Amino acid sequence: MSSPSGTGAVGEAGPPRQRELLSAAEVTRIVARMAHQIIERTAPEPVVLVGIPTRGVPLAHRLADRIREFGGSSPRLGTLDITLYRDDLRRRPTRALQTTELPAGGLDDVLVVLVDDVLFSGRTVAAALDALREYGRPRAVQLAVLVDRGHRELPLRADYVGKNLPTSRDEEVGVLLVETDGTDAVVIRRSQR
Amino acid sequence: MTRPLLLRGIRPYGVGDPVDLLVRDGVIAELGAQLDGTGAERFDGGGLVALPGLVDLHAHLREPGREDAETIATGSAAATLGGYTAVFAMANTDPVADTAVVVEHVYRRGRDVGLVDVHPVGAVTAGLRGERLAELGAMAASAAAVRMFSDDGLCVHDSLLMRRALEYVRGLGGVVAQHAEDPRLTAGAQAHEGEVAARLGLVGWPAAAEESIVARDCLLARDAAAAVHVCHVSTAGTVEVLRWAKERGIRVSAEVTPHHLLLTDERLAGYDPVNKVNPPLRTAADTAALRAALADGIVDCVATDHAPHAGQDKECEWSAARPGMLGLQTALSVVLATMVRPGLLDWRGVARVMSERPARIGGATGQGRPIAVGEPATLILVDPDTTWTVRGAQLASLADNTPFEGMELPGRVLLTMLRDAITAEDGKGLC
Amino acid sequence: MRHLLSTADLPREVATALLDTAEALKQSLLGREVRKLPTLRGRTVVTLFYEQSTRTRASFEIAGKWMSADVVNISAGDSSVTKGESLRDTAFTLAAMGADCVVIRHPASGAAHRLADWVSTHVVNAGDGSHQHPTQALLDAATLRDRLGTLNGRTVTIVGDVLHSRVARSNIDLLITLGAHVHLVAPPTLLPWGVENWGIRDARGWPVTVGHDLDAALPGTDAVMMLRVQAERMRGQFFPSAREYSINYGLTEARLALLPEHAVVLHPGPMLRGMEIAHSVADSPRAAITEQVRNGVHVRMAVLYHLLAAQEDQA
Repeated sequence: MSSPSGTGAVGEAGPPRQRELLSAAEVTRIVARMAHQIIERTAPEPVVLVGIPTRGVPLAHRLADRIREFGGSSPRLGTLDITLYRDDLRRRPTRALQTTELPAGGLDDVLVVLVDDVLFSGRTVAAALDALREYGRPRAVQLAVLVDRGHRELPLRADYVGKNLPTSRDEEVGVLLVETDGTDAVVIRRSQR
Repeated sequence: MTRPLLLRGIRPYGVGDPVDLLVRDGVIAELGAQLDGTGAERFDGGGLVALPGLVDLHAHLREPGREDAETIATGSAAATLGGYTAVFAMANTDPVADTAVVVEHVYRRGRDVGLVDVHPVGAVTAGLRGERLAELGAMAASAAAVRMFSDDGLCVHDSLLMRRALEYVRGLGGVVAQHAEDPRLTAGAQAHEGEVAARLGLVGWPAAAEESIVARDCLLARDAAAAVHVCHVSTAGTVEVLRWAKERGIRVSAEVTPHHLLLTDERLAGYDPVNKVNPPLRTAADTAALRAALADGIVDCVATDHAPHAGQDKECEWSAARPGMLGLQTALSVVLATMVRPGLLDWRGVARVMSERPARIGGATGQGRPIAVGEPATLILVDPDTTWTVRGAQLASLADNTPFEGMELPGRVLLTMLRDAITAEDGKGLC
Repeated sequence: MRHLLSTADLPREVATALLDTAEALKQSLLGREVRKLPTLRGRTVVTLFYEQSTRTRASFEIAGKWMSADVVNISAGDSSVTKGESLRDTAFTLAAMGADCVVIRHPASGAAHRLADWVSTHVVNAGDGSHQHPTQALLDAATLRDRLGTLNGRTVTIVGDVLHSRVARSNIDLLITLGAHVHLVAPPTLLPWGVENWGIRDARGWPVTVGHDLDAALPGTDAVMMLRVQAERMRGQFFPSAREYSINYGLTEARLALLPEHAVVLHPGPMLRGMEIAHSVADSPRAAITEQVRNGVHVRMAVLYHLLAAQEDQA
């Protein structure tokens, strides 16, 4: 699960202090390594990369490009909005729905790799699994995340992890991507909540 | 009242320095500065404005038939707290007041309660059905001595019947009071035909439905050399018709309600039926025209059209609600707010439109008299400077359907006297 | 959003958000085996219909069920309503039973507003007298957005009995909010008082224009919305005969040809074929009537989502 990006609001205490943990170059390297891992574990079976909005989507696209580049098959791409499956809708004002678009042919008997930027409590992934069920019966579902920051609240784990980042609960991990934020980086800051 | 009563330091019609007024046996015995009050009860007038007791030409006391909404007793209590000493009770009761029996019942009940002079209004047509005349002569000759006749609630819309009624009542020395509403134009109507009703999806009550009947009745009155009174004038157009008629010497008089002086159809936005009334609330242009007309006499007087309704008849969807608003206890305050404070009317004018003219129109002898030696001590004392917040539940009426709920209005009646009795003092009904 | 009572209450952002949500819901249901979303599980939606209407009620029922809500239908015909129970008492009873949302259709204008005053449940107005039918306007807007791309700057012509039409009122308010120009065509007897001032008064956009000549209006419009004309209106002397009405205000084949190529024909239904719309016109590809119905379910799902799947407003 990703946290709000950007340098944060300017308050009386000044902008929240933010540290860059991974640079743009490191992000690129990590994505490439993940692509290799996916090829290793899945080839020759075709794979559908399903990105979870918002940042899981550009990540899935990047992985697909790298996989194709490194000689793997061309993975099909999809987007899966999990908003309607969240268990915490009534704690916040109305959330806007995002797109869901899955490749033609459905997901029956297919190997699906869910892609997200940050793995934290695991609730997003649980919601994604609930959502996926309604579209068919994949042969298997795997999970690829750029960052695993620990603090799981459900018994879930990722198959492909770009970087393990130990954090404390009152910190926020933010993934920035060129496609959504204008730059690549992974940052950490004190939680504002 | 066994002993004489001395009212110290009052200002008749709000004019001049405070004077004293001595009441003996229900009559104003002395009036002047520094009267000798030995042996008299004293009331400190503290510079309060003294007016002749108010006369309401148009109220619905609901008894007989809807005693769950109001009775002659509770209506009288509301009246006296509002400064009224005479109330004309409309005939649309159940049974209808179209015989000597019913009007005498209402008259006697009013006398037994003893707080205001209740003048029963007789129906024009039997059962208010608009088919044939009721026994107008019998009602006039009864103990109730009916002089005002009205089918109010409904319009006497048959032109021939209205003409006959005008002629016949002329012979009785009385007046026909018309609820002007052409029923063909108001079938299913819920609100003033204008932009507000159009947006709210409410069937409109066109101004012409009132104005066309008023115009017709003025011409009929002209031909019959009779008097006609127009109830609850609500449109600027009706004011123009009245002006035309009066210029020609036609004997037409007219009344306006306090709510039509203050409220407009903008209030309908939340669909609260406390704002539903017949004729409906209209536009700001209409209220402005009505205020000006009351000030210059084209509209003769204020009449409340006090219409209490039980809770279930108002706490429902708009189309199911009964039209009507309470008015007796708030009338003077609304007139203060809409006419006196903006300088359209002074206290003499208030006396004229709320006491003298209505008494004359309705033939209520002993009411609307000058504040002078020898006249009946039927007076009120008003504090013009205080304000109060209207709460329907606290009003004396059984019902609480007041559109002024929560409003802060100016003026309080601190003393009401009906000849030899104090009927209300300091916000409490007596007797 | 606590209630949906009137499109006049919807600012542009909220109206757009509702339409976007409806679109997203439509997309998310495509290609699924299981047309069920768990989002409103455990919420209870009661439809309270004092007027006959199978299609609107069914649409709300499907919308609620596809979102996993528990949906209960109450009709005026059955139940204590016939025993004389007041709307207010019925409202209190439903709230006491645990309804989270009441969808009400009632012949009295303002009934939904009153309901919202009396009880704390969410209220959706499914049609109150001649006043408003907000979900109809939303599904009409969704259909026009699908066909025309955007409503901003478009002209929509509404034809027929505007005076008695809650569909017309809701559409006029919403279309103006979304930036469209509204033109009304009807006999003078079927137009609301002062309607030409509605747009100006709110300063939300162009004023509503009014005309009585349908042929003149068609070439310049992007969409035409035909309103139902009730035969009872003839008794009120609103127009002399059905024949005269359909000659002057009916959408015939000939009139269809006057429309620009891209223009859309809408009708809220049920249609009186041969009266306000010719049989062949109703079935032509320019008529988006079945799309309206389909969009109706998604729009109602979106409304329920915005009302029930978020933090409760304190307002």
